Amino acid sequence: MMTAADFDVSELLENLEIKLKQAITERNITDPLMIGIRSGGVWVAEILHRRLTIKQPLGLLDISFYRDDFSQIGVNPNVKPSQLPAQIEGRNIILVDDVFYTGRTVRAALNELFDYGRPSQVLLAVLIERDGKQIPISPDCAGMRLKLNAGQRIKLTGPDPLAIEIQYVDAVA
Amino acid sequence: MSNNLQLNSEGKLKHFLTIEGLEKQLLVDILDLAESFIGVNDQRIKKIPLLRGKSIVNLFFENSTRTRTTFELAAKRLSADVLSMSIATSSTSKGESLLDTIRNLEAMYVDMFVVRHGISGAAHFIAQHASKHISVINAGDGQHAHPTQAMLDMFTIRQFKQDFSKLRVAIVGDILHSRVARSNIQALNTLGAAEIRVIAPKTLLPAQVETMGVTVSHSLADGLKDIDVIIMLRLQKERMTSALLPSESEYFKCFGLTPERLKLAKPDAIVMHPGPINRGVEIDSKVADGPQSVILKQVSNGIAIRMAIMAMAMQKQESFDG
Repeated sequence: MMTAADFDVSELLENLEIKLKQAITERNITDPLMIGIRSGGVWVAEILHRRLTIKQPLGLLDISFYRDDFSQIGVNPNVKPSQLPAQIEGRNIILVDDVFYTGRTVRAALNELFDYGRPSQVLLAVLIERDGKQIPISPDCAGMRLKLNAGQRIKLTGPDPLAIEIQYVDAVA
Repeated sequence: MSNNLQLNSEGKLKHFLTIEGLEKQLLVDILDLAESFIGVNDQRIKKIPLLRGKSIVNLFFENSTRTRTTFELAAKRLSADVLSMSIATSSTSKGESLLDTIRNLEAMYVDMFVVRHGISGAAHFIAQHASKHISVINAGDGQHAHPTQAMLDMFTIRQFKQDFSKLRVAIVGDILHSRVARSNIQALNTLGAAEIRVIAPKTLLPAQVETMGVTVSHSLADGLKDIDVIIMLRLQKERMTSALLPSESEYFKCFGLTPERLKLAKPDAIVMHPGPINRGVEIDSKVADGPQSVILKQVSNGIAIRMAIMAMAMQKQESFDG
Protein backbone atom coordinates (compact mmCIF):
# COMPACT_ATOMS: atom_id res chain seq x y z
CA MET A 1 0.00 0.00 0.00
CA MET A 2 1.26 3.46 -0.91
CA THR A 3 2.10 5.99 1.75
CA ALA A 4 2.88 9.67 1.60
CA ALA A 5 6.60 8.86 1.94
CA ASP A 6 6.53 7.28 -1.53
CA PHE A 7 6.03 10.66 -3.17
CA ASP A 8 8.64 13.28 -3.96
CA VAL A 9 6.77 16.45 -4.94
CA SER A 10 9.81 18.06 -6.61
CA GLU A 11 10.27 15.00 -8.79
CA LEU A 12 6.59 15.09 -9.79
CA LEU A 13 6.89 18.77 -10.63
CA GLU A 14 9.95 18.09 -12.81
CA ASN A 15 8.11 15.29 -14.67
CA LEU A 16 5.12 17.53 -15.22
CA GLU A 17 7.30 20.39 -16.44
CA ILE A 18 8.98 18.16 -19.06
CA LYS A 19 5.67 16.72 -20.28
CA LEU A 20 4.04 20.14 -20.39
CA LYS A 21 6.89 21.59 -22.47
CA GLN A 22 6.49 18.69 -24.93
CA ALA A 23 2.74 19.22 -25.15
CA ILE A 24 3.20 22.96 -25.72
CA THR A 25 5.55 22.25 -28.64
CA GLU A 26 3.34 19.52 -30.10
CA ARG A 27 0.26 21.70 -30.04
CA ASN A 28 2.04 24.83 -31.31
CA ILE A 29 1.06 26.89 -28.28
CA THR A 30 2.55 30.36 -28.16
CA ASP A 31 1.94 33.04 -25.52
CA PRO A 32 -0.25 30.81 -23.36
CA LEU A 33 -2.42 31.90 -20.47
CA MET A 34 -1.91 29.67 -17.43
CA ILE A 35 -4.79 29.23 -15.00
CA GLY A 36 -4.63 27.37 -11.69
CA ILE A 37 -7.69 25.85 -10.02
CA ARG A 38 -7.96 26.82 -6.34
CA SER A 39 -6.36 25.87 -4.03
CA GLY A 40 -3.90 23.07 -4.88
CA GLY A 41 -3.91 23.78 -8.60
CA VAL A 42 -2.83 27.36 -7.97
CA TRP A 43 0.19 26.19 -5.94
CA VAL A 44 1.30 23.89 -8.75
CA ALA A 45 0.56 26.54 -11.39
CA GLU A 46 2.64 29.17 -9.56
CA ILE A 47 5.72 26.95 -9.84
CA LEU A 48 5.10 25.94 -13.47
CA HIS A 49 4.34 29.54 -14.44
CA ARG A 50 7.73 30.60 -13.08
CA ARG A 51 9.67 27.70 -14.60
CA LEU A 52 8.13 28.11 -18.03
CA THR A 53 8.63 31.92 -17.84
CA ILE A 54 5.12 32.61 -19.06
CA LYS A 55 4.64 36.32 -19.76
CA GLN A 56 0.93 36.61 -18.98
CA PRO A 57 0.22 36.80 -15.24
CA LEU A 58 -1.20 33.64 -13.69
CA GLY A 59 -4.99 33.31 -13.61
CA LEU A 60 -6.86 31.89 -10.62
CA LEU A 61 -10.07 29.96 -11.01
CA ASP A 62 -12.49 29.22 -8.17
CA ILE A 63 -15.05 26.69 -9.35
CA SER A 64 -17.30 26.76 -6.27
CA PHE A 65 -20.23 28.30 -8.15
CA TYR A 66 -19.97 25.71 -10.91
CA ARG A 67 -19.89 22.54 -8.83
CA ASP A 68 -22.49 19.91 -9.61
CA ASP A 69 -23.19 19.14 -5.94
CA PHE A 70 -24.48 22.55 -4.76
CA SER A 71 -27.83 21.23 -3.64
CA GLN A 72 -26.09 18.55 -1.55
CA ILE A 73 -23.29 20.52 0.08
CA GLY A 74 -24.23 24.19 -0.33
CA VAL A 75 -21.80 26.99 -0.92
CA ASN A 76 -18.98 28.28 1.22
CA PRO A 77 -19.53 32.01 1.83
CA ASN A 78 -15.80 32.67 1.62
CA VAL A 79 -15.40 31.80 -2.02
CA LYS A 80 -12.81 34.12 -3.51
CA PRO A 81 -13.72 35.46 -6.92
CA SER A 82 -11.88 34.03 -9.92
CA GLN A 83 -9.13 36.28 -11.25
CA LEU A 84 -8.52 35.93 -14.93
CA PRO A 85 -5.87 38.39 -16.12
CA ALA A 86 -6.62 38.64 -19.83
CA GLN A 87 -9.39 37.97 -22.28
CA ILE A 88 -10.14 34.25 -22.62
CA GLU A 89 -11.51 34.72 -26.12
CA GLY A 90 -9.26 33.02 -28.70
CA ARG A 91 -6.47 32.28 -26.17
CA ASN A 92 -4.39 29.16 -25.64
CA ILE A 93 -5.04 28.12 -22.06
CA ILE A 94 -3.03 25.83 -19.82
CA LEU A 95 -5.34 24.70 -17.03
CA VAL A 96 -3.55 23.35 -13.95
CA ASP A 97 -4.84 21.25 -11.05
CA ASP A 98 -3.16 19.23 -8.31
CA VAL A 99 -5.02 15.90 -8.43
CA PHE A 100 -7.19 14.58 -11.24
CA TYR A 101 -9.71 12.10 -9.86
CA THR A 102 -13.36 11.97 -10.99
CA GLY A 103 -13.06 14.70 -13.63
CA ARG A 104 -15.90 16.72 -12.13
CA THR A 105 -13.68 19.60 -11.03
CA VAL A 106 -12.32 19.99 -14.55
CA ARG A 107 -15.81 19.89 -16.01
CA ALA A 108 -16.84 22.70 -13.65
CA ALA A 109 -13.66 24.64 -14.49
CA LEU A 110 -14.28 24.35 -18.23
CA ASN A 111 -17.87 25.50 -17.80
CA GLU A 112 -16.72 28.55 -15.87
CA LEU A 113 -13.91 29.29 -18.33
CA PHE A 114 -16.31 29.24 -21.27
CA ASP A 115 -18.55 31.74 -19.48
CA TYR A 116 -15.64 34.18 -19.67
CA GLY A 117 -15.05 33.60 -23.38
CA ARG A 118 -14.26 31.05 -26.09
CA PRO A 119 -10.66 29.88 -25.84
CA SER A 120 -8.75 28.65 -28.88
CA GLN A 121 -7.58 25.51 -27.03
CA VAL A 122 -7.27 24.29 -23.47
CA LEU A 123 -4.53 21.98 -22.25
CA LEU A 124 -4.96 20.24 -18.90
CA ALA A 125 -1.90 19.64 -16.71
CA VAL A 126 -2.13 17.89 -13.34
CA LEU A 127 0.46 16.89 -10.78
CA ILE A 128 -1.14 13.50 -10.11
CA GLU A 129 -3.70 11.55 -12.10
CA ARG A 130 -5.32 8.83 -10.05
CA ASP A 131 -7.84 6.20 -11.08
CA GLY A 132 -11.55 6.67 -10.63
CA LYS A 133 -12.67 9.04 -13.35
CA GLN A 134 -16.42 9.30 -13.78
CA ILE A 135 -16.78 11.42 -16.90
CA PRO A 136 -14.99 11.37 -20.27
CA ILE A 137 -12.33 14.00 -19.49
CA SER A 138 -8.61 13.23 -19.14
CA PRO A 139 -5.50 15.29 -18.45
CA ASP A 140 -3.11 16.03 -21.33
CA CYS A 141 -0.10 15.71 -19.05
CA ALA A 142 0.42 14.42 -15.53
CA GLY A 143 3.44 14.34 -13.19
CA MET A 144 2.48 10.74 -12.39
CA ARG A 145 -0.38 8.30 -12.84
CA LEU A 146 -1.35 5.91 -10.08
CA LYS A 147 -3.95 3.48 -8.81
CA LEU A 148 -5.13 3.75 -5.22
CA ASN A 149 -7.11 1.34 -3.11
CA ALA A 150 -10.80 1.98 -2.62
CA GLY A 151 -11.24 4.33 0.30
CA GLN A 152 -7.93 6.09 -0.25
CA ARG A 153 -7.81 9.81 -0.98
CA ILE A 154 -4.75 11.67 -2.16
CA LYS A 155 -4.32 15.35 -1.44
CA LEU A 156 -1.71 18.05 -2.01
CA THR A 157 -1.02 20.18 1.06
CA GLY A 158 0.82 23.49 0.94
CA PRO A 159 1.74 25.96 -0.27
CA ASP A 160 4.97 25.92 1.70
CA PRO A 161 6.14 23.22 1.65
CA LEU A 162 4.16 21.26 -0.91
CA ALA A 163 3.54 17.72 0.30
CA ILE A 164 1.38 14.74 -0.56
CA GLU A 165 -1.06 13.43 2.00
CA ILE A 166 -2.90 10.13 1.75
CA GLN A 167 -6.15 9.84 3.68
CA TYR A 168 -8.15 6.75 4.41
CA VAL A 169 -11.85 7.43 4.26
CA ASP A 170 -14.70 5.14 5.07
CA ALA A 171 -15.46 3.31 1.81
CA VAL A 172 -19.17 3.91 2.37
CA ALA A 173 -18.79 7.70 2.61
CA MET B 1 -42.99 36.30 15.66
CA SER B 2 -40.63 33.35 15.85
CA ASN B 3 -37.28 33.98 14.26
CA ASN B 4 -36.57 30.28 14.10
CA LEU B 5 -38.95 30.27 11.20
CA GLN B 6 -36.06 31.70 9.17
CA LEU B 7 -33.66 28.86 9.93
CA ASN B 8 -33.79 25.12 9.21
CA SER B 9 -33.05 22.45 11.79
CA GLU B 10 -29.30 22.82 11.13
CA GLY B 11 -29.45 26.58 11.76
CA LYS B 12 -29.03 27.42 8.07
CA LEU B 13 -31.02 30.11 6.32
CA LYS B 14 -34.33 28.85 4.94
CA HIS B 15 -36.43 32.01 4.71
CA PHE B 16 -35.17 35.59 4.84
CA LEU B 17 -37.91 37.62 6.47
CA THR B 18 -36.29 40.02 8.92
CA ILE B 19 -32.84 40.89 10.26
CA GLU B 20 -34.18 40.56 13.78
CA GLY B 21 -32.89 37.45 15.52
CA LEU B 22 -30.23 36.57 12.95
CA GLU B 23 -26.69 36.05 14.23
CA LYS B 24 -23.87 38.37 13.25
CA GLN B 25 -22.00 35.51 11.56
CA LEU B 26 -24.91 34.79 9.26
CA LEU B 27 -25.04 38.44 8.17
CA VAL B 28 -21.27 38.42 7.58
CA ASP B 29 -21.62 35.21 5.53
CA ILE B 30 -24.22 36.91 3.33
CA LEU B 31 -21.92 39.92 2.83
CA ASP B 32 -18.95 37.67 2.02
CA LEU B 33 -20.90 35.56 -0.44
CA ALA B 34 -22.25 38.70 -2.16
CA GLU B 35 -18.68 39.92 -2.51
CA SER B 36 -17.71 36.81 -4.42
CA PHE B 37 -20.75 37.20 -6.67
CA ILE B 38 -19.58 40.67 -7.76
CA GLY B 39 -17.05 38.91 -10.04
CA VAL B 40 -19.88 37.38 -12.09
CA ASN B 41 -20.36 40.85 -13.63
CA ASP B 42 -16.91 40.49 -15.27
CA GLN B 43 -17.88 37.34 -17.13
CA ARG B 44 -18.88 37.52 -20.77
CA ILE B 45 -21.82 35.34 -19.81
CA LYS B 46 -23.05 36.96 -16.60
CA LYS B 47 -24.52 33.79 -15.19
CA ILE B 48 -23.56 31.00 -12.82
CA PRO B 49 -25.45 27.71 -12.64
CA LEU B 50 -26.15 27.54 -8.86
CA LEU B 51 -29.95 27.67 -9.08
CA ARG B 52 -30.37 26.03 -12.47
CA GLY B 53 -33.73 24.32 -12.67
CA LYS B 54 -35.23 26.23 -9.73
CA SER B 55 -38.34 28.34 -10.19
CA ILE B 56 -38.66 31.64 -8.37
CA VAL B 57 -41.81 33.75 -8.31
CA ASN B 58 -41.65 37.45 -7.53
CA LEU B 59 -44.94 38.25 -5.84
CA PHE B 60 -45.29 42.01 -5.74
CA PHE B 61 -48.48 43.25 -4.14
CA GLU B 62 -46.97 46.72 -3.95
CA ASN B 63 -45.16 48.81 -6.55
CA SER B 64 -41.43 48.53 -6.89
CA THR B 65 -38.86 49.22 -9.57
CA ARG B 66 -35.41 48.69 -8.12
CA THR B 67 -36.23 45.84 -5.77
CA ARG B 68 -38.26 43.84 -8.26
CA THR B 69 -35.81 44.27 -11.13
CA THR B 70 -32.72 43.52 -9.05
CA PHE B 71 -34.38 40.41 -7.59
CA GLU B 72 -35.25 39.35 -11.11
CA LEU B 73 -31.72 39.96 -12.39
CA ALA B 74 -30.22 38.23 -9.35
CA ALA B 75 -32.36 35.14 -9.95
CA LYS B 76 -31.41 35.12 -13.62
CA ARG B 77 -27.69 35.46 -12.86
CA LEU B 78 -28.06 32.35 -10.69
CA SER B 79 -29.71 30.60 -13.68
CA ALA B 80 -33.09 30.20 -11.98
CA ASP B 81 -36.32 30.54 -13.93
CA VAL B 82 -38.06 33.61 -12.65
CA LEU B 83 -41.56 34.89 -13.01
CA SER B 84 -42.55 38.36 -11.87
CA MET B 85 -46.19 38.77 -10.92
CA SER B 86 -47.73 42.16 -10.46
CA ILE B 87 -50.73 41.41 -8.40
CA ALA B 88 -52.77 44.30 -9.70
CA THR B 89 -53.04 42.37 -12.97
CA SER B 90 -53.65 38.94 -11.39
CA SER B 91 -56.57 37.06 -9.94
CA THR B 92 -56.22 38.78 -6.56
CA SER B 93 -58.01 41.70 -8.13
CA LYS B 94 -60.79 39.21 -8.93
CA GLY B 95 -61.07 38.31 -5.27
CA GLU B 96 -58.69 35.36 -4.88
CA SER B 97 -57.29 35.10 -1.36
CA LEU B 98 -53.56 35.30 -0.65
CA LEU B 99 -53.49 31.67 0.45
CA ASP B 100 -55.27 30.52 -2.70
CA THR B 101 -52.78 32.43 -4.84
CA ILE B 102 -49.94 30.70 -2.98
CA ARG B 103 -51.54 27.24 -3.28
CA ASN B 104 -51.98 27.70 -7.02
CA LEU B 105 -48.40 28.76 -7.51
CA GLU B 106 -47.21 25.83 -5.39
CA ALA B 107 -49.13 23.55 -7.71
CA MET B 108 -46.87 24.88 -10.48
CA TYR B 109 -43.77 23.45 -8.71
CA VAL B 110 -42.33 26.74 -7.54
CA ASP B 111 -39.26 26.69 -5.23
CA MET B 112 -39.12 30.23 -3.89
CA PHE B 113 -41.36 33.22 -3.34
CA VAL B 114 -40.01 36.76 -3.20
CA VAL B 115 -42.77 38.76 -1.55
CA ARG B 116 -43.52 42.44 -1.30
CA HIS B 117 -46.72 43.38 0.45
CA GLY B 118 -48.24 46.49 1.97
CA ILE B 119 -49.23 44.64 5.14
CA SER B 120 -46.63 44.01 7.86
CA GLY B 121 -46.12 40.30 8.41
CA ALA B 122 -47.29 39.18 4.96
CA ALA B 123 -44.02 37.39 4.14
CA HIS B 124 -44.05 35.63 7.53
CA PHE B 125 -47.59 34.51 6.88
CA ILE B 126 -46.64 33.00 3.53
CA ALA B 127 -43.53 31.33 5.02
CA GLN B 128 -45.71 29.75 7.71
CA HIS B 129 -48.28 28.44 5.27
CA ALA B 130 -46.26 27.52 2.19
CA SER B 131 -45.16 23.93 1.53
CA LYS B 132 -42.07 22.80 3.37
CA HIS B 133 -39.71 22.86 0.40
CA ILE B 134 -40.45 26.50 -0.45
CA SER B 135 -38.23 29.39 0.65
CA VAL B 136 -39.68 32.86 1.17
CA ILE B 137 -37.74 36.11 0.86
CA ASN B 138 -39.23 39.31 2.22
CA ALA B 139 -38.86 42.13 -0.30
CA GLY B 140 -40.60 44.62 2.01
CA ASP B 141 -43.69 44.19 4.18
CA GLY B 142 -45.69 47.22 5.27
CA GLN B 143 -43.77 49.30 7.79
CA HIS B 144 -42.15 46.23 9.28
CA ALA B 145 -39.00 45.12 7.47
CA HIS B 146 -37.00 45.30 4.26
CA PRO B 147 -34.11 43.01 5.11
CA THR B 148 -32.53 42.67 1.64
CA GLN B 149 -32.34 46.47 1.39
CA ALA B 150 -30.63 46.55 4.78
CA MET B 151 -28.12 43.92 3.66
CA LEU B 152 -27.27 45.78 0.46
CA ASP B 153 -26.84 48.93 2.55
CA MET B 154 -24.49 47.04 4.92
CA PHE B 155 -22.61 45.70 1.90
CA THR B 156 -22.20 49.22 0.48
CA ILE B 157 -21.06 50.57 3.85
CA ARG B 158 -18.51 47.77 4.20
CA GLN B 159 -17.22 48.49 0.69
CA PHE B 160 -16.42 52.08 1.62
CA LYS B 161 -15.80 51.93 5.38
CA GLN B 162 -14.75 48.35 6.25
CA ASP B 163 -14.91 48.19 10.05
CA PHE B 164 -18.42 48.64 11.51
CA SER B 165 -17.18 48.99 15.07
CA LYS B 166 -15.75 52.45 14.36
CA LEU B 167 -18.72 53.81 12.44
CA ARG B 168 -21.25 56.47 13.34
CA VAL B 169 -24.25 56.14 11.07
CA ALA B 170 -27.05 58.69 10.74
CA ILE B 171 -30.48 57.69 9.47
CA VAL B 172 -32.35 60.83 8.47
CA GLY B 173 -36.00 61.49 7.79
CA ASP B 174 -39.21 59.52 7.86
CA ILE B 175 -38.23 56.81 10.36
CA LEU B 176 -41.84 56.28 11.40
CA HIS B 177 -43.01 54.81 8.10
CA SER B 178 -39.72 53.27 7.07
CA ARG B 179 -39.21 49.50 7.00
CA VAL B 180 -35.75 50.29 5.58
CA ALA B 181 -34.86 52.24 8.73
CA ARG B 182 -36.05 49.44 11.01
CA SER B 183 -34.10 46.78 9.16
CA ASN B 184 -31.02 48.99 8.90
CA ILE B 185 -31.05 49.73 12.64
CA GLN B 186 -31.23 45.99 13.40
CA ALA B 187 -28.45 45.16 10.94
CA LEU B 188 -26.16 47.94 12.19
CA ASN B 189 -26.71 46.88 15.79
CA THR B 190 -26.03 43.23 14.95
CA LEU B 191 -22.86 44.14 13.06
CA GLY B 192 -21.72 46.29 15.99
CA ALA B 193 -21.78 49.87 14.66
CA ALA B 194 -20.39 52.37 17.19
CA GLU B 195 -23.45 54.62 16.99
CA ILE B 196 -26.72 54.73 15.12
CA ARG B 197 -28.25 58.19 15.21
CA VAL B 198 -31.75 58.83 13.96
CA ILE B 199 -32.39 62.40 12.87
CA ALA B 200 -36.03 63.38 12.34
CA PRO B 201 -38.83 65.65 13.46
CA LYS B 202 -40.73 64.21 16.46
CA THR B 203 -43.77 63.50 14.29
CA LEU B 204 -41.77 61.15 12.04
CA LEU B 205 -40.26 59.04 14.81
CA PRO B 206 -41.91 55.93 16.27
CA ALA B 207 -42.73 56.07 19.99
CA GLN B 208 -39.83 54.92 22.20
CA VAL B 209 -37.44 54.78 19.27
CA GLU B 210 -34.51 54.78 21.76
CA THR B 211 -35.37 51.22 22.74
CA MET B 212 -34.23 50.15 19.26
CA GLY B 213 -30.65 50.95 20.22
CA VAL B 214 -30.29 54.38 18.65
CA THR B 215 -29.52 57.92 19.75
CA VAL B 216 -31.97 60.62 18.70
CA SER B 217 -31.51 64.09 17.26
CA HIS B 218 -34.18 66.48 16.06
CA SER B 219 -31.80 68.76 14.21
CA LEU B 220 -29.87 67.91 11.07
CA ALA B 221 -27.29 70.63 11.79
CA ASP B 222 -26.46 69.17 15.24
CA GLY B 223 -26.99 65.55 14.31
CA LEU B 224 -24.49 65.23 11.47
CA LYS B 225 -21.42 65.94 13.62
CA ASP B 226 -18.80 63.10 13.44
CA ILE B 227 -21.00 61.04 11.13
CA ASP B 228 -19.34 58.56 8.69
CA VAL B 229 -22.43 57.34 6.86
CA ILE B 230 -25.65 59.22 6.13
CA ILE B 231 -28.69 57.20 5.13
CA MET B 232 -31.39 59.51 3.80
CA LEU B 233 -34.96 58.22 3.74
CA ARG B 234 -37.74 59.02 1.35
CA LEU B 235 -40.67 60.97 2.70
CA GLN B 236 -43.42 58.36 2.41
CA LYS B 237 -46.37 60.55 1.60
CA GLU B 238 -48.47 57.55 0.55
CA ARG B 239 -48.29 56.09 4.06
CA MET B 240 -49.06 59.32 5.91
CA THR B 241 -52.58 59.24 7.20
CA SER B 242 -52.58 62.59 8.97
CA ALA B 243 -50.81 65.91 8.62
CA LEU B 244 -47.45 65.09 10.15
CA LEU B 245 -45.64 67.85 8.30
CA PRO B 246 -46.44 71.47 7.48
CA SER B 247 -45.17 71.19 3.87
CA GLU B 248 -42.51 69.62 1.70
CA SER B 249 -40.60 72.89 1.35
CA GLU B 250 -40.68 73.38 5.11
CA TYR B 251 -39.35 69.81 5.52
CA PHE B 252 -36.53 70.44 3.03
CA LYS B 253 -35.59 73.62 4.92
CA CYS B 254 -35.17 71.68 8.18
CA PHE B 255 -34.20 68.14 7.12
CA GLY B 256 -33.15 68.29 3.47
CA LEU B 257 -29.53 67.28 2.86
CA THR B 258 -27.79 70.17 1.10
CA PRO B 259 -24.08 70.50 0.21
CA GLU B 260 -23.68 73.00 3.10
CA ARG B 261 -25.19 70.59 5.63
CA LEU B 262 -23.17 67.67 4.28
CA LYS B 263 -20.03 69.58 5.29
CA LEU B 264 -21.08 69.16 8.93
CA ALA B 265 -20.47 65.41 8.73
CA LYS B 266 -16.98 63.89 8.44
CA PRO B 267 -15.25 65.00 5.22
CA ASP B 268 -15.19 61.42 3.89
CA ALA B 269 -18.79 60.66 4.84
CA ILE B 270 -20.82 58.73 2.28
CA VAL B 271 -24.44 59.55 1.40
CA MET B 272 -26.93 56.74 0.84
CA HIS B 273 -30.60 56.57 -0.11
CA PRO B 274 -32.72 53.47 -0.74
CA GLY B 275 -34.60 55.22 -3.57
CA PRO B 276 -36.74 56.40 -5.08
CA ILE B 277 -35.38 59.85 -4.22
CA ASN B 278 -37.51 62.95 -4.00
CA ARG B 279 -35.12 65.60 -5.25
CA GLY B 280 -35.58 68.84 -3.38
CA VAL B 281 -37.68 67.19 -0.65
CA GLU B 282 -35.23 65.11 1.41
CA ILE B 283 -32.10 65.58 -0.67
CA ASP B 284 -30.59 68.29 -2.85
CA SER B 285 -29.69 67.17 -6.39
CA LYS B 286 -26.15 68.44 -5.85
CA VAL B 287 -25.75 65.94 -3.02
CA ALA B 288 -27.60 63.07 -4.71
CA ASP B 289 -25.38 63.39 -7.80
CA GLY B 290 -22.28 64.56 -5.92
CA PRO B 291 -18.96 62.83 -5.22
CA GLN B 292 -19.98 61.57 -1.76
CA SER B 293 -23.15 59.91 -3.03
CA VAL B 294 -23.06 56.11 -3.34
CA ILE B 295 -26.74 55.83 -4.26
CA LEU B 296 -26.20 54.12 -7.62
CA LYS B 297 -23.57 51.85 -6.09
CA GLN B 298 -26.34 50.67 -3.74
CA VAL B 299 -28.46 49.73 -6.74
CA SER B 300 -25.65 47.69 -8.33
CA ASN B 301 -24.88 46.00 -5.02
CA GLY B 302 -28.54 45.02 -4.74
CA ILE B 303 -28.00 42.36 -7.41
CA ALA B 304 -25.06 40.63 -5.68
CA ILE B 305 -26.65 40.75 -2.22
CA ARG B 306 -29.94 39.30 -3.50
CA MET B 307 -28.01 36.57 -5.32
CA ALA B 308 -26.28 35.73 -2.03
CA ILE B 309 -29.50 35.61 -0.04
CA MET B 310 -31.33 33.51 -2.63
CA ALA B 311 -28.39 31.09 -2.98
CA MET B 312 -28.10 30.67 0.79
CA ALA B 313 -31.81 30.09 1.27
CA MET B 314 -31.83 27.49 -1.51
CA GLN B 315 -28.78 25.49 -0.52
CA LYS B 316 -29.10 22.16 1.18
CA GLN B 317 -32.40 21.95 3.02
CA GLU B 318 -33.79 19.00 4.96
CA SER B 319 -36.55 18.37 2.47
CA PHE B 320 -34.02 17.83 -0.33
CA ASP B 321 -32.47 14.90 1.55
CA GLY B 322 -35.26 12.45 1.08
